[in-house]
Amino acid sequence: MSLTLPSYPQPDGRGRYGRFGGRYVPETLIPALDELEAAYRAAKADPAFLGELDRLFREFVGRPSPLYLAQRLTDHAGGARIYLKREDFNYTGAHKINNCLAQALLAVRMGKRRVIAETGAGQHGVASATAAALLGLDCVVYMGAEDIRRQALNVFRMRLLGAEVREVTSGTSTLKDATNEAIRDWVTNVRETFYILGSVVGPHPYPAMVRDFQAVIGEEVKVQLQAVEGRSAPDAIVACVGGGSNAIGIFAPYAYLPAEERPRLIGTEAAGEGVESGRHAASMAGGRIGVLHGSMMYLLNDDEGQIVPPHSISAGLDYPGIGPEHCHYAETGVAEYVPVTDAQALEALQLLTRLEGIIPALESAHAIYHAVRLAQELGPDGVIVVNLSGRGDKDVAEVMRLLEMERDQGLLDKEVEQVTREVLA
Amino acid sequence: MTATLTRGAERIHAAFERVKAEGRAAFMPFMTAGYPSASAFPGVADALLAHADLLEVGIPYSDPLGDGPTIQRASEQALAGGTSTRRTLALVKELRARHDTPIVIMTYVNPIYAVGPREFMRLSQDAGVDGLILPDLPPDQDLEIADLAAEHGLAVTFLIAPTSTPERIKLVADACTGFLYAVSVTGVTGAREGTALGEVPAMLALAREYARVPVAVGFGVKDAQTAHQVAGVADGVVVGSAFVNAVREGQDVGALAASIAEGCRR
Ligand SMILES: Cc1ncc(COP(=O)(O)O)c(C=O)c1O
Repeated sequence: MSLTLPSYPQPDGRGRYGRFGGRYVPETLIPALDELEAAYRAAKADPAFLGELDRLFREFVGRPSPLYLAQRLTDHAGGARIYLKREDFNYTGAHKINNCLAQALLAVRMGKRRVIAETGAGQHGVASATAAALLGLDCVVYMGAEDIRRQALNVFRMRLLGAEVREVTSGTSTLKDATNEAIRDWVTNVRETFYILGSVVGPHPYPAMVRDFQAVIGEEVKVQLQAVEGRSAPDAIVACVGGGSNAIGIFAPYAYLPAEERPRLIGTEAAGEGVESGRHAASMAGGRIGVLHGSMMYLLNDDEGQIVPPHSISAGLDYPGIGPEHCHYAETGVAEYVPVTDAQALEALQLLTRLEGIIPALESAHAIYHAVRLAQELGPDGVIVVNLSGRGDKDVAEVMRLLEMERDQGLLDKEVEQVTREVLA
Repeated sequence: MTATLTRGAERIHAAFERVKAEGRAAFMPFMTAGYPSASAFPGVADALLAHADLLEVGIPYSDPLGDGPTIQRASEQALAGGTSTRRTLALVKELRARHDTPIVIMTYVNPIYAVGPREFMRLSQDAGVDGLILPDLPPDQDLEIADLAAEHGLAVTFLIAPTSTPERIKLVADACTGFLYAVSVTGVTGAREGTALGEVPAMLALAREYARVPVAVGFGVKDAQTAHQVAGVADGVVVGSAFVNAVREGQDVGALAASIAEGCRR
């Protein structure tokens, strides 16, 4: 399968998905965004660029990632067949590497020798640092102090890869603040720096470009599902949504099909301690339209426009906004978005681990949780594909801490407690 | 956009005319509303207004991505002290009762959208605001904001930067009704080392070719010397972080303002 980058009908010429998207950034960046857009358009049509990306996808990332029938999970759910798109197989452990390698190649093409990135869970930071090492670029990664604590292992990996990790202590010390800081760096060093943005957020053309680089996920599913089920579209696709890049990567190749051929597309938002609790990162369920990081989208912000700090068990979903294309999908009924809580994600992580021997990232566990519910709803004739966006290695220490806490509070059931005791022993 | 000048634009232009006749550049200090506290802010603003030709008041914002650490920390402190968008406009209304000097609001767009553009403009008009500076709104992003501002008698100011192409400078200059704001460096707000004007003269030459409004320069001006340099090429000199620093360190803001205002003489 030789690589082509897709062309979708959205966004419009001004970088809008309906009323969402756009370029709400300091004027300093507008020429850089124009330059990026032109460079991306040229790269997309250049066989040399596509060939090199294709080679790296295969030889470096390990694509195509498997599509795996999770039989024991399916049996447990007692309904539709659940397939997992194994982005956790990717080198560096998540879907983030697809986008990073592609953007880093673009940076080289544009003659930029310095790349910067923001990271929450650290997966995008590790992927950026990896791409920079591979291509010989200088790399600075901005990361909130709180996330540095939660993701110590990934911080070490970035440093080992030669990247400089800059701790961000402004605001809430998490992903949104790291993103602010990366944008400030870019505004300052825009002439020699390429900003590798980690999700389908930010000013145009980032949401479109990141989508196109991640769409390889959904394109592979079409082919793989055809081989095992005799049809290229499942009944439903479930993916977790932070900014929304892994979700758009698996949705977009289906999203523009006619409604009758389109599977149900379902994004799971991080509901933290519950949408009613106010401690969550569910931008659609609990937010309203606003502007952050250059684009108009659903956003956690109060009635005077101050950004409300998000909360999620998973650092990668801990973002107050959601990509503009998702907002447009929601508004036009192309996709649905459902909240999944911290506790439900933690439960799903343990479930998948014990039934399938796959420790998912906490982010991906949000999708697993909903897929099990959905399988029952769809019944045995149904087919679900879950985007397993990443593996749980990075989360194991945090999960251990959380389970210890639950044990101490007597919240664990007997069976889980037994396993936890063994794990923690 | 309305062809006739709004009340705010007229007042702003009149201020620039006045200083020009006096052989100076306009002195345009900036302060974050509600900093260092809601109760101490009016005193700080009075001290600045004693010397200012135009005052910029910033609405404190949680995610000010065009600002450096100085103004960001001031915003955090002002927000923690309870200064909101509506409270900022109430503070301006109080200042307006005592001062005739043009006052413009510096705000990111999200507070405008959250309050509702029409309601925001109505509140601003009611407070006696003369204009808006919108650091994260390139004029071609939202054509409604400028129209609504005009409807409510407010002028609008957009920014250009050293990276701006001639086409962008023309586009931005066309959209400005108050003054045009030229950012002196690629970067965020903050007092900087070094005093060289660098790319400013070339940028201003282009800006003047297109702009029908006065052109002010800001970012990095911190004292009388740097102000004097900028005053040699620009119609107005914007000074922000230096005053926020002065307030934080408990310096005499009035004295600093007097000295920088003096520096704005040509
Ligand atoms: C494994 C994993 N999944 C999902 C996400 C969320 O990002 P996005 O919504 O862009 O896929 C992250 C972000 O760090 C991640 O590491």
